[in-house]
Amino acid sequence: MYSETNEKRLDEIISHYPVKRSAILPALFIAQEEHGYVTDDDIRYLARRLEMRVNEVEEVVTFYSMYSRKPIGKYKLQVCRTVSCYLNGAEQITERISRKIKCGVGETSADKKFTLSEVECLGYCDLAPVIQVNFDYHEKVTPDRVEEIIEGLR
Amino acid sequence: MTKVLTSRFELQGKAADISIYVRTGGYKALKKALKELSPDQILNEVKKSSLRGRGGAGFPTGMKWGFVPKESKRPTYIVCNADESEPGTGKDRDLMRYDPHQMIEGMIIAAYTLKSRTSYIYIRGEYWYIKEILEKAIAQAYQRGYLGKNILGSGFDHDMYVHPGAGAYICGEETALLESLEGKRGHPRLKPPFPAVVGLYGGPTIVNNVETLAAIPWIVLNGGDAYRALGTEKSGGTKLYTLSGHLNRPGNYEVPLGYPLISLIENEGGGMRDGRKLKAVIPGGSSVPIITAEEAQNCKMDYESVAAVGSMLGSGGVIVMDETTDIFETTRNITHFYMHESCGWCTPCREGTRWLYKVFERMHHYEGRPGDVELLLDLADKILFKSFCPLGDAAAMPVQSAIAKFREDFDRRIKQSFVQIRTAAD
Repeated sequence: MYSETNEKRLDEIISHYPVKRSAILPALFIAQEEHGYVTDDDIRYLARRLEMRVNEVEEVVTFYSMYSRKPIGKYKLQVCRTVSCYLNGAEQITERISRKIKCGVGETSADKKFTLSEVECLGYCDLAPVIQVNFDYHEKVTPDRVEEIIEGLR
Repeated sequence: MTKVLTSRFELQGKAADISIYVRTGGYKALKKALKELSPDQILNEVKKSSLRGRGGAGFPTGMKWGFVPKESKRPTYIVCNADESEPGTGKDRDLMRYDPHQMIEGMIIAAYTLKSRTSYIYIRGEYWYIKEILEKAIAQAYQRGYLGKNILGSGFDHDMYVHPGAGAYICGEETALLESLEGKRGHPRLKPPFPAVVGLYGGPTIVNNVETLAAIPWIVLNGGDAYRALGTEKSGGTKLYTLSGHLNRPGNYEVPLGYPLISLIENEGGGMRDGRKLKAVIPGGSSVPIITAEEAQNCKMDYESVAAVGSMLGSGGVIVMDETTDIFETTRNITHFYMHESCGWCTPCREGTRWLYKVFERMHHYEGRPGDVELLLDLADKILFKSFCPLGDAAAMPVQSAIAKFREDFDRRIKQSFVQIRTAAD
């Protein structure tokens, strides 16, 4: 179902554990990499592949915040909103991004390029405020700097 | 000051390469452990060191290791808790990206001590690039014979894997972490049995924080007594703190236990930003009670001294706030965190955090009612020590302490609510 490389990766990951089910979190990242989000087919396929019931996969997907069950923008703009970033102006960062890409928190821009979200502590408290674009961290950002970052992605 | 954990930080990540790590004294401790020491001798050194769990709970590491049964039908596992998500804490991030081998070496030594064949590093999914650094470091360790079969000719075999989390604070709680590693939702397990006896896949399991494991090579090389002597009588060794908030030089700093909090703020942290005055400090990550500037003045950073001012050393996430900070707002922010991260398993935490936040929200919008501050206290009291795992306590303590110490910031909200209503009526 996935690319040859990813199927091999999945086999390799499964071999790390005595129980196949343990591979579900890394497997869902592969699913998301392939389809942009976790589809119904992914859930059925991974259930078969990891010897789980469909509902067991579903309950895992919905528990963890890094998985999405619906299509999202190409770039996930995640603003850390928790206390150290808050003390360093995270709210202004969210506001500026929102204005720049013309959509609110939890929404995707009209061109489907960006999804804006506020997330909880990203572990960059000493380098606050921080945003994460997909998997890339941008530390000590300012409202002007986030505009530049977004321009760079366009 | 002796650097136990951060001696290679100045290499800015170059020590992630095994040749640099070995050239700077790396894997010497593993050689010593395998060739000169018995598992019991290592366990004894760790006990003597008085090393305590650096993830937040502060449980004595040697004692935890000692709980692993000598004989077990199921395999024993070592799990490194790299799910760093306590607000205010970013220390494990630097320990892993700047010196991954140090922690890996600590894990291999722990595995040898506890006769474990397999270990996992459970790293938060957001730290994806660090996961890749670790995977590369592990591959190098295999190439050099520090992992795999018959390590350094000792007859000891060990395999190590990295496992990504996917965004859930609760998975930093060790039993929830194990559930997650088994491919389930991160719901905590009932204790006892403790993981050291029944853990991953039902086998004895030691879950240790990154920083705890990173201290092991130094302890093996220099001895438990030498490590202990770095700190205070009761709290031995050094600790890596993350300084954040209104400081000139926020960052990660390693100092001995017993180091004065004010020196940490003034010297390491470069003092308060814009010449403002200190108002409050959260000394150990957002879960621990807040302390006032006055309490911070004479507070030393060790387990006993921080407890004496009514807080906890926790994860070592020191959040510093200046005089312009509204403690009502920071507490509201922290409450949102726990509401979002409550796993939903038990009622006091799931419902309680939502009720707390609801009251915070209306006060924030100047719709607070007389008695709302008491209501917050009552709600916090109904969560504290009544939830299934410590997440509930972590949600309740910041609220209780903030109200006890900065009540005026809360009362002001209620008063302003009435001013707004009156103005609107006029």
